[in-house]
Amino acid sequence: MRTLIKNGRLIDPASGRDDVGDLAIAAGRIVGLGQVSAEFKADRVIDATGLIVAPGLVDLAVRLREPGHEHEGMLESEMAAAVAGGVTSLVCAPDTEPVLDEPGLVQMLKFRARNLNRAHLYPLGALTRNLRGEVLTAMAELTDAGCIGFSQAEVALKDTLVLHRALQYAATFGYTTWLRPNDGWLGNGVAAKGALATRMGLSGVPVIAETIALATIFELVRDTGARVHLCRLSSAAGIELVRRAKAEGLPVTCDVSINQLHLIDVDIRYFNAAMRVTPPLRQQRDRDAIRAALADGTIDALVSDHTPVGADAKNLPFAEAEPGATGLELLLSLALKWGQDDAVPLARTLATVTAAPVAVIGDALGSLAASAGRLVEGGVADVCVFDPDELWMVTPTALRSQGKHTPFEGYEVPGRVRFTLVAGSVAYEAQG
Amino acid sequence: MLSRRNPQLNKNGELIHLLSIEGLPQPVLHHILDTAGTFLSVNDREVKKVPLLRGKSVFNLFFENSTRTRTTFEIAAKRLSADVINLDIARSSAAKGESLLDTIANLSAMHADMFVVRHGESGAPYLIAQHCAPHVHVVNAGDGRHAHPTQGLLDMYTIRHFKQDFTKLTVAIVGDIVHSRVARSDIHALTTLGVPEIRAVGPKTLVPGDLKEMGVRVCHDMKEGIRDADVIIMLRLQNERMSGAMLPSAAEYFKNYGLTPEKLALAKPDAIVMHPGPINRGVEIDSNVADGTQSVILPQVTFGIAVRMAVMSIIAGNNA
Repeated sequence: MRTLIKNGRLIDPASGRDDVGDLAIAAGRIVGLGQVSAEFKADRVIDATGLIVAPGLVDLAVRLREPGHEHEGMLESEMAAAVAGGVTSLVCAPDTEPVLDEPGLVQMLKFRARNLNRAHLYPLGALTRNLRGEVLTAMAELTDAGCIGFSQAEVALKDTLVLHRALQYAATFGYTTWLRPNDGWLGNGVAAKGALATRMGLSGVPVIAETIALATIFELVRDTGARVHLCRLSSAAGIELVRRAKAEGLPVTCDVSINQLHLIDVDIRYFNAAMRVTPPLRQQRDRDAIRAALADGTIDALVSDHTPVGADAKNLPFAEAEPGATGLELLLSLALKWGQDDAVPLARTLATVTAAPVAVIGDALGSLAASAGRLVEGGVADVCVFDPDELWMVTPTALRSQGKHTPFEGYEVPGRVRFTLVAGSVAYEAQG
Repeated sequence: MLSRRNPQLNKNGELIHLLSIEGLPQPVLHHILDTAGTFLSVNDREVKKVPLLRGKSVFNLFFENSTRTRTTFEIAAKRLSADVINLDIARSSAAKGESLLDTIANLSAMHADMFVVRHGESGAPYLIAQHCAPHVHVVNAGDGRHAHPTQGLLDMYTIRHFKQDFTKLTVAIVGDIVHSRVARSDIHALTTLGVPEIRAVGPKTLVPGDLKEMGVRVCHDMKEGIRDADVIIMLRLQNERMSGAMLPSAAEYFKNYGLTPEKLALAKPDAIVMHPGPINRGVEIDSNVADGTQSVILPQVTFGIAVRMAVMSIIAGNNA
């Protein structure tokens, strides 16, 4: 299959390319970029006039709910949601049932994803058996099976001794540990501690739940040399600690989710359970700090934190509702909205969902590391073609994901995906 | 999607549910208190009934046990001539795994006109109000730590009865404010009614600093907190506070924050002492104070019936 994407605005944040031209694909790879020879004979020509041709998006925080929670989202529907959102690579969390702590489970998941022929799937393995925080998993075997790092998902590892050893062991082999900084004792509330939680009588997670966890992680990183990716920061104070750790040269990266980038605690309004997410939504000054840190690169990547939740688990009093929101189909638009709102250069906006997350995964991507999240001649043809100007209304029933709950219901957002190509084949094409 | 409009008011700004005092305008509060005043005399009649809710079915849905509050709502509804159905859900459908909204759907199918809801989770009555039929009214009888609006209103009725003018008062609320839905409702009501000084008194574990953002003065010293107060509202201390590492013991709490005649002497000579009940004698309040001349704890209970009659009759008369 040879495809020619003609006359689009080619944006590659990694190289700084931003010009109008063509992109030629053959055998799953980009074979021509910019000026494509007239001799290139395409089986299919896509007219991208007025559209942006960018690398496919790379989402570092997705829950596919498989195995175990098939009623809340199945691999098939969620992978379809991914490509509909322009996402061509995604990292999934190990908190499935059973937990991804056995190589066989990882191989099965990778196999099922490959057969769907949609986005590339990169699982995180569990850092400890069954995420219990007691026994290390077989990290080398899990890596051979396809895991690109190790994580405790939402389960805080309270035992500092186990965390220390896990990081020592991971550092031995150069594996990256993905941790959401949240103290296991202080971090159990349902909203961010503050005036709103106090007024509404909701149990609050204090900022120190994040900063204490970060301080512990940074000390352990100093001691072990382990590479750590910090998942979904929520507070201005936490970001400040990350900024200092990076300045010191610690091998850490971090991300933030679309929820924290756009929302704050007062958006909970009258106990709207769609706003029940983890980490909880914090205050205006935290959101301001998050937006500035994502623009200046202190925060490396923007993630969807896609978590499909069934209606039965959501239609409950706020504190009883299961946390999580659908996000794969909103990632691009909410990145663009942030970019427009804050006048962030388009290259940086797109970098937060393409090249930057690829750099977070790093060498674990293997041969793809050189070209995923980028437009490179000879590289893998993961491409997202979108109309940057088209506005659309977020309507849950129209989403492909089985997760229909989103805090952004009713938002009008910019950017509509027209084509998503994964390894050169069209995995999604907008209707009409 | 949930409504962005305050769900307890209709398009004309009339009260259709009572979910929280927060966000209710001052005239609405005064209207409820005035209406309660007219019902007070009903309670003194030989035939203690008015026909305002005749033919209406009021369902008491108590997902959390509370005999006292449920009884006062039952009495209020019966004095309005409503049919009252008491459902102790803590021991029935919820225990069988039925979801909250399924329970509501089933009871709505039995043609309920009003739900009086007590629930352990903050915000549960909002969920119910947003999912029940348009003609059904919801009264929050206490949700988690969030609100207990009829208690707040009966407290306001009591204060107005004894002190008349809200705008010159100093009100001290003493005790476990952080876990108290009564305190939150009182604070919103007092703020709306123009009380210039509201003090929240207790140790930092029960009265955290961010309460300031609700418009109260935070005092950790009991003597400073009740000095020259016109109204002292004592809150019940739950035993869980000791196991949750918030307090060492009931005895130590009483030593620091229990209301004794000596401490009460620091307040204004005509200060009134209130308590939402049930009281823990010797934990938050000394018997000499609870039974003393400044205590208005029993009038609060009497006023509570009239206030609940007022709330139910007002919301039943307004359409969504």
